[in-house]
Amino acid sequence: MTQLALVIDLNVCVGCQACVTNCKEWNTSGDAGPMVDQNPYGKDPTGTFFNRVQTFEVGEFPNTETVHFPKSCLHCEDPPCVPVCPTGASYKRKEDGIVLVDYDKCIGCKYCSWACPYGVREFDETQKVMKKCTLCVDRIYDPKMTAEERRPACVRACPTSARLFGDIHDPESEVSHAIREAGGYQLMPEWGTSPANHYLPRRKTKLRIREDELERADNPLKIDGQLPKPGMAEPSLDDVTSW
Amino acid sequence: MRPAFSVIFLTTLIGVGQGLFLALFTAQSYALFDLLPKQDDLNFYAHGSALALLFLCGGLVASFFHLGRPERAWRSATQWRTSWLSREVIVLPAFMGTVFLYGLAHLLDWKPVLATLPGGIAIDATVVLGGLGTLLAFALYLSTGMIYACLRFLREWHTPLTVINYVLLGGASGFTLAAGFAALAAPDLARFFAGWALIILLVGLVSRVASLLRNRRLKPKSTLQSAIGIKHPRIVQTTQGFMGGSFNTREFFHGRSRGLLRSIKWLFLAGVFVLPALLLTAGLSGAAGFLAAAFVVQYLGLIAERWFFFAEASHPQNLYYQSVA
Amino acid sequence: MTAAPVEEIKKTTCYMCACRCGIRVHLRDGEVRYIDGNPDHPLNKGVICAKGSSGIMKQYSPARLTKPLRRKAGAERGAGEFEAISWEEAFSLLSERLGKIRSTDPKKFALFTGRDQMQALTGLFARQFGTPNYAAHGGFCSVNMAAGMIYTIGGSFWEFGGPDLDRAKLFVMIGTAEDHHSNPLKIALSKFKRDGGRFISINPVRTGYSAIADEWVPIRPGTDGALMLAFIHEIIAKGLYDRDFLVRYSNAGQLVNVDEASDEFGMFLRTEVPEEEACYDPQDKLWWDRNSNRPVITHTAGADPFLRGEFKMKDGTSVKPAFQLLQERVKDYTPEWAAGITGIPAETIRRIAYEMGVTARDQKIELPIAWTDSWGVEHDTVTGNPVAFHAMRGLAAHSNGFQTIRALAILMSLLGTIDRPGGFRHKAPFPRPIPPCARTPNDPRAVQPNRPLDGMALGWPADPDDLFVDAEGKPVRLDKAFSWEYPLSVHGLMHNAITNAWRGDPYKIDTLMIFMANMAWNSTMNAVEVRKMLNDKEEDGSYKIPFIVVADAFQSETTAFADLVLPDTTYLERHDVMSMLDRPISEFDGPVDSVRVPVLPPTGECKPFQEVLIELGSRLKLPAFVTKDGARKYRDYPDFIVNYETEPGSGIGFLAGWRGKGGEKFMRGEPNPNQWEMYAKNDCVYHHELPRSYQYMRNWNQGYLEWSQRNRITRYAEPILIHIYSEVLQKFRAAAQGKGLTRKPPEHLRKRIETWFDPLPFFADTLEGEATDKHKYPLAAITQRPMAMYHSWDSQNAWLRQIHAHNVLYVNTQTARVAGIADNDWIWVESQWGKVRCMAKHSEAVEPGTVWTWNAIGKAAGAWGLTPDANESQQGFLLNHLISEELPGGAGRVSNSDPITGQAAWYDVRVRIYKAADGEPEQTSPQFATLKPYPGQVERKSVWNFFAGANKK
Repeated sequence: MTQLALVIDLNVCVGCQACVTNCKEWNTSGDAGPMVDQNPYGKDPTGTFFNRVQTFEVGEFPNTETVHFPKSCLHCEDPPCVPVCPTGASYKRKEDGIVLVDYDKCIGCKYCSWACPYGVREFDETQKVMKKCTLCVDRIYDPKMTAEERRPACVRACPTSARLFGDIHDPESEVSHAIREAGGYQLMPEWGTSPANHYLPRRKTKLRIREDELERADNPLKIDGQLPKPGMAEPSLDDVTSW
Repeated sequence: MRPAFSVIFLTTLIGVGQGLFLALFTAQSYALFDLLPKQDDLNFYAHGSALALLFLCGGLVASFFHLGRPERAWRSATQWRTSWLSREVIVLPAFMGTVFLYGLAHLLDWKPVLATLPGGIAIDATVVLGGLGTLLAFALYLSTGMIYACLRFLREWHTPLTVINYVLLGGASGFTLAAGFAALAAPDLARFFAGWALIILLVGLVSRVASLLRNRRLKPKSTLQSAIGIKHPRIVQTTQGFMGGSFNTREFFHGRSRGLLRSIKWLFLAGVFVLPALLLTAGLSGAAGFLAAAFVVQYLGLIAERWFFFAEASHPQNLYYQSVA
Repeated sequence: MTAAPVEEIKKTTCYMCACRCGIRVHLRDGEVRYIDGNPDHPLNKGVICAKGSSGIMKQYSPARLTKPLRRKAGAERGAGEFEAISWEEAFSLLSERLGKIRSTDPKKFALFTGRDQMQALTGLFARQFGTPNYAAHGGFCSVNMAAGMIYTIGGSFWEFGGPDLDRAKLFVMIGTAEDHHSNPLKIALSKFKRDGGRFISINPVRTGYSAIADEWVPIRPGTDGALMLAFIHEIIAKGLYDRDFLVRYSNAGQLVNVDEASDEFGMFLRTEVPEEEACYDPQDKLWWDRNSNRPVITHTAGADPFLRGEFKMKDGTSVKPAFQLLQERVKDYTPEWAAGITGIPAETIRRIAYEMGVTARDQKIELPIAWTDSWGVEHDTVTGNPVAFHAMRGLAAHSNGFQTIRALAILMSLLGTIDRPGGFRHKAPFPRPIPPCARTPNDPRAVQPNRPLDGMALGWPADPDDLFVDAEGKPVRLDKAFSWEYPLSVHGLMHNAITNAWRGDPYKIDTLMIFMANMAWNSTMNAVEVRKMLNDKEEDGSYKIPFIVVADAFQSETTAFADLVLPDTTYLERHDVMSMLDRPISEFDGPVDSVRVPVLPPTGECKPFQEVLIELGSRLKLPAFVTKDGARKYRDYPDFIVNYETEPGSGIGFLAGWRGKGGEKFMRGEPNPNQWEMYAKNDCVYHHELPRSYQYMRNWNQGYLEWSQRNRITRYAEPILIHIYSEVLQKFRAAAQGKGLTRKPPEHLRKRIETWFDPLPFFADTLEGEATDKHKYPLAAITQRPMAMYHSWDSQNAWLRQIHAHNVLYVNTQTARVAGIADNDWIWVESQWGKVRCMAKHSEAVEPGTVWTWNAIGKAAGAWGLTPDANESQQGFLLNHLISEELPGGAGRVSNSDPITGQAAWYDVRVRIYKAADGEPEQTSPQFATLKPYPGQVERKSVWNFFAGANKK
């Protein structure tokens, strides 16, 4: 059974927001669109986005880490938002594990959003239905697109390729390798929702220089420390001392 | 959570309707065993059922205001296997229909005897409808309560006390209304209902206070650390990804101060329990004024109680939106 | 039933920032449906950023100007009251006015442009017009970075070179926030980290790229020079420099006259070979050979110079190798000394220096690439010392920035990392001679009525005689660039143009034309006063700056001050070239240039500014734009690009690709009538990949240098030795000391020149720092640019402004607590020049002596198509109000700039902060009169459900 998911590498995410607006751009004119913007040019602009990048400061100066944290629907393997939906609009696809909303069935009761601990569903205030990340289901199977294009918009846009996409149930997939090898983890594991999306933690590269490695036999100071020899003709003590 | 008035009115109004119906049928059951005097079908049962229906309809109408797409509401009956909301959507009209038939049977005096209990007690259609209605009323309390109680992330709600409180507070308000109603329609029952109202109210007080105490001791299961998967005691969010607010900052937080929350709590404790208890006691004499006042005060108290019920619930998604956490 | 929508994909080049990624614009029924990165583009390889992904919202923004506008009679400048006029009216008005100026005194026309990516054309127009008063935004952007590095290694970061993160093992990023470079740097950083590279970020603030650094080294702003010098100190003290590299490829071994009495003091010793008058570094300097213990011409076969010591020439002249002078210079710049200045512990400085030195030395890369150096020596391999650096405005935007960047470039050179694998790599057209050949005129007579300027408006002075001053040493240019005040101001000083024009110092002008620069707002220092200057009048009621023309695509704050507003198109509606004559998008492996082609028709009456210039050039009969008999030469901009040659028959034009009649030639060739089509067919980009043997060591790579010369990228094929010791600077210093035969600075600037034109890097506090009571103003205030915004451009963007609707001042938590400021409190930020009320936010990711905010998020009420109550104007603010464009000094005032390059010293400002009083409004201060929408702006929606093609349904 396939479970498509995103694996987000916090080790390389620089918080540029490319995934945020590229998602909006693809989806507002796609199957999930339009995605409303309210007060787009006024006070407190607000709109429907499927993906947000947040920032956290971890630790205290000077040992501070600034963590950029992208967040979208995690496509839980046991999605709590699905069974609570009274109309079946919220559903999880058997064939690939994507959690979707059928906008034609949704009555806009928002109950699914209450049932999601991650805060990744957004109610569209003009169409009055619940919306969320679709993993670009209208891209990833589009036969008119090339294989490179058949990936979620956020994944393609990401300049640091911090977003990996694939089947986490296939142990040989890129995402499964990344999860295994880079310590991929799930958000709020305490709820047992088993989010399909995983996050890869920060990793540090350090350089240790042992004291005896600092100087090498070919240290240029051995050359440059040598000052020029005095000319042979210059006087010396040798010439004037007789005993 | 942000208290939604559509849901506050829905749950409180149908709670009253359910309770009133239960009171009516309690009276009928007592009367069946000659524990209470029989009442006039039209004045008491039919009008009483109509009154209950009025509240139920009020609740139903309020519920539509909660929906973004009310024209599709019919779809919400389809997922009864998994969704308590769907179950509520099925049970509510079923219950309303039953109440209607119950009232109609009384109104038309349509009472074919369907069975006779030992001792010659005739089980007529109204009794069967009443029994069915009672089952549905409890099913409805259960459904409504479970809509909230089943959300395990909302730990303030995720407790049997939620369902119990819906039953008891709905029941108390229904019996209080019944007492007031009886003072006009069946004065010899007013005292009976007022007495039961007091009893349910006192049990409800115990249960509601128990939930308050429980919730006060709740330790959050999710933390900012588990939310973003970083283990450090000091994590501070500097951006949420947007600045003008979003659905996530609007829907899941009451947006009021802790002080106001505290005031509302005391207000509802007084409004739902203390004042109605005094008024009901005063109304034990059958004084319609006290009983009516008891209901009005209690209903307003219930609105405050329900507001607090939502506001008190702290959603773990707010961890990601520290401006509302 | 509706007809199936018409979908098409057109390729062009992005312009949501200066990065210039290849994009594919997906159209549905003629509306933009989606913009994604072009996977076949060498720059971004398919990725795209937040800005690029929001191009749709730029295209359809209500801030767009769609009609030429003339200030209403009687309306004040700044009020933004306009009437729409026709283009014909605009052109005749302009050509009449400019024609008069040109026929009398062309310098009374000043053209200053922002981040316009068409400086080759705007510069050409100005030069043809005959005015010296032309510059782009470089002077207030990062000219110190360009100049400091080009005057040292013959290349610079960003377009002209960068860190080779493909092969680096250690990457040190200094003073770079979120951009410069944008997507390519993000791509490279990610690969670098995943390959296990170690990334150190030195920055007062930890955001953006710094966030993913393995180590963050917080530093006090303006002290980077001290840190670089301490690194150099340690590298030399521990012998961690690459001696072979320095000897062969830099002037470290060259002998400097240290005889103070000599007129040649501080100059290199030369053989008797007479110096050819040319812009390269002749090979006529001397080493003191270790083997023969006597002076020899550099690079003599078999010779090996002393890098240390003092020697006496036959005539008794004392000489020292440049390296000896460097070592003496850094002797006292110990880590302990630097720790007190930078706030970085000495042991950290020492450790990082060792990390650099040991990585460079012990993790060498040997690529099996054979190449021949400029002295004919054949090498079997190319060596790399895999330590890479990147630095930007954090180093540059200080008045001591030039010397700081010189120090950085020298550090990079000591480590042997210049144009080598894993280090710094050049991008064509660099490396170029030190300094490059272009010169401004050096005489006011170069400005003549009805004649093009005799020389370039911007150039690279090599000695005091190259300065553009009159006989008394007074500046010829309005911004005083290339004068004794800022001799190496190679990008001009746009930030002083308005103040100087207003004051009439050095002279008054008639018409100021501004293209795409928000000079009444975030692109100017001292915005409050500059806005007054723009509106200030003489006693007779006429404006001090008589006529202001602003060309822009959006309703910026600056457009409000214009007498004439020319509506520009967006990037999706026009042709553009990223030209080799300007700032191309070359890769390490060879030259790349690219184009934009229109994917949509212009909105309303918008006209690309290029077309405006071609039209004006033709009407004014500027020689480059008309035939000999005065007829219009170019139909339009695309025609101009195809057919223009730098000189008749030169074969060099704006575009390097597909030249020659059939597109068979590169760099040089006859105009190709199908050049645009060929670009369009090839992803709008031309990428010439060099043979691998030409891809490294290009300063001294004979094959490359000859290739570059053959293709007329450079005039000479001489080696470009790294200037550890800058004789160019010494020439200016000598002039200030009264030595040499060159022109001498005016008395009041002698001390300044003598101090700052030090041939070796040194550390001094910033000019503003010296003029500030730091007890009163204890904090440094700086800005950064968020990755999702570019300058002021994106507040009109409905998506991007949701991410950055307003800005706050980030203050270290402890600093804030000491000042009694709680998180989200309203505070006052005050410098000696002004004050701003804004909101404070606690942060652990900022050095305690620094406060910072995002740049250019704050807007004037009503500008940029926003409602008057929008967050940008009510909560957002500009730090610019706290920064003065001038400082007391010299003979009165000098620009708040680097005394060498005129780089605007944005980050020198010192401030104090205190809580706003109870009862003060929760609104930023200062506030300005609200702008109303102009004629031609579309109505702004209050709810927008954008769905491409929906309008056609």
